[in-house]
Amino acid sequence: MAGSALITGAADTPVGRLPEHNCMSMQAAAAREAITDAGLTVNDIDGVLAGFSFTQPHLMLASVFCEYMGLKPGFTTAVQSGGATACTAIMLAAALVETKMCRHVLVVTGDNRLTGLPPGGAAAMLAQVGHPEFEQPYGISVPAAYALVALRYMHEYGVSAEHLAAIAVTQRSYAAQHPHAHMRDPITVDDVMKSRTIAAPLKLLDCCLVSDGAAAVIVSAPHHADGERARIAILGAGQGHTHEHISAAPSLIHFGCNASAQQAFARAGVTPSDIDVAEIYDSFTITLAVELESMGFFGKGEAGRAATAGELGPKGRLPCNTHGGLLSYGHSGAAGGMFHVVEAVHQLRGASGPRQVGGAELAFVHGDGGILSAHCSLVLGRVQR
Amino acid sequence: MSKPVPVPTTDTAKFWDACNREELLYQRCNTCGGVQFYPRRSCAACQSSDLAWMPSRGRGSIHSFTIVQRPANRAFDGDVPFVIALIDLDEGFRMMMNVIGDGRLSAAIGRRVQIVFEARTNDQKLPQAELETTP
Repeated sequence: MAGSALITGAADTPVGRLPEHNCMSMQAAAAREAITDAGLTVNDIDGVLAGFSFTQPHLMLASVFCEYMGLKPGFTTAVQSGGATACTAIMLAAALVETKMCRHVLVVTGDNRLTGLPPGGAAAMLAQVGHPEFEQPYGISVPAAYALVALRYMHEYGVSAEHLAAIAVTQRSYAAQHPHAHMRDPITVDDVMKSRTIAAPLKLLDCCLVSDGAAAVIVSAPHHADGERARIAILGAGQGHTHEHISAAPSLIHFGCNASAQQAFARAGVTPSDIDVAEIYDSFTITLAVELESMGFFGKGEAGRAATAGELGPKGRLPCNTHGGLLSYGHSGAAGGMFHVVEAVHQLRGASGPRQVGGAELAFVHGDGGILSAHCSLVLGRVQR
Repeated sequence: MSKPVPVPTTDTAKFWDACNREELLYQRCNTCGGVQFYPRRSCAACQSSDLAWMPSRGRGSIHSFTIVQRPANRAFDGDVPFVIALIDLDEGFRMMMNVIGDGRLSAAIGRRVQIVFEARTNDQKLPQAELETTP
């Protein structure tokens, strides 16, 4: 039954500064919209998978969410694997559906980490992924940890900071065409290079945003009558794990995204060259470069040069992060990775407006948690009814 | 606001005690011969619990580094710009440390370092790296 689960509903709230919302209110808003999008009612939902929250941390966030929204599902739990949470929860939802444990699983994520925390609060909480004895005493932060990867990568492959900057520029140009995006003003490579250094070689515009926002999808069994719209199937999924702490990573060049993508491609029976559009976790410009190369979309050290040549743009070899990604669309914790999924669904439905990739039938989505630590990949496809 | 101080666990107390004597310890597995850092109860390569504590000579080289301008933990604001590096010790294990000292901003991949100990509190010393001055 692998590959038979469908994504029947997908929705996200606006992203950016949403002071009128809180964590639960925005998650419920996204959930209701996704349920409606799937042509369902709340009573049809028999499984609920939630993520995590910085503003409402809780031991049982899934139960808190179900109580808030008045849901009484047959199965619910929270999933926590950092930036891999959304893809991981969808992989799990597909398994619940394929094994007939559930018919309609709501996967919901969201956080108001911009307005619901003091300034710098999200970065300070994220720094706690560093090892408490062997990393945090040295002042590690998530940008500093990715900077360690970036410098080694640039050293190994002769890549320049300008090459990485081109990734940020490409994604901003996509975000400029998305009405929901947090940051829509076009930027140039020069703007990235002149933005203030956070942890060399990474500058402010190499780093993702901190945003309020929520997103949800519905994963359903195949016999669900979802109208005349194109059906979106979860054709393959995979994971890869090598470490949690960057000081314990076996390599600063090779990461679990390779195994994750290979498994997802193999299960879907496709190769990287078959993919029409990719929505890949981009917490930093270096994150996307490493992942694209590790997964086989580009050769080693070539992703930044490819971005410079327009290969990640709408007419390029691999249109990538067509909503603007975490760098420009927005990053709201577990919802950050879910925004990639929602955009992939919109692309496969032909509903991405000015950002639409012509003839998109096969999409690749990837989430990365920690410091390139936990990886989950999905191959999604438009299938015949 | 003060900088984080390591809180030893039952796995790491011996390592942190040795730091206070200005000794850097790592673990070698008597079963598979592998070395590991950070200290654990068992070998992450073969699951053996037959581990030996070994003293490091405290010499190594920089595998990668970053110069931090905007710390996430505000306790480090006064140190900016400061260097965080991954140090490959000559015995075959890797540790994160700050490169400290006057020459710290000339850190480079491959540069040799020697381990020194910083008194983080009156009760706990922390291993740190200094660039070797002789080529």
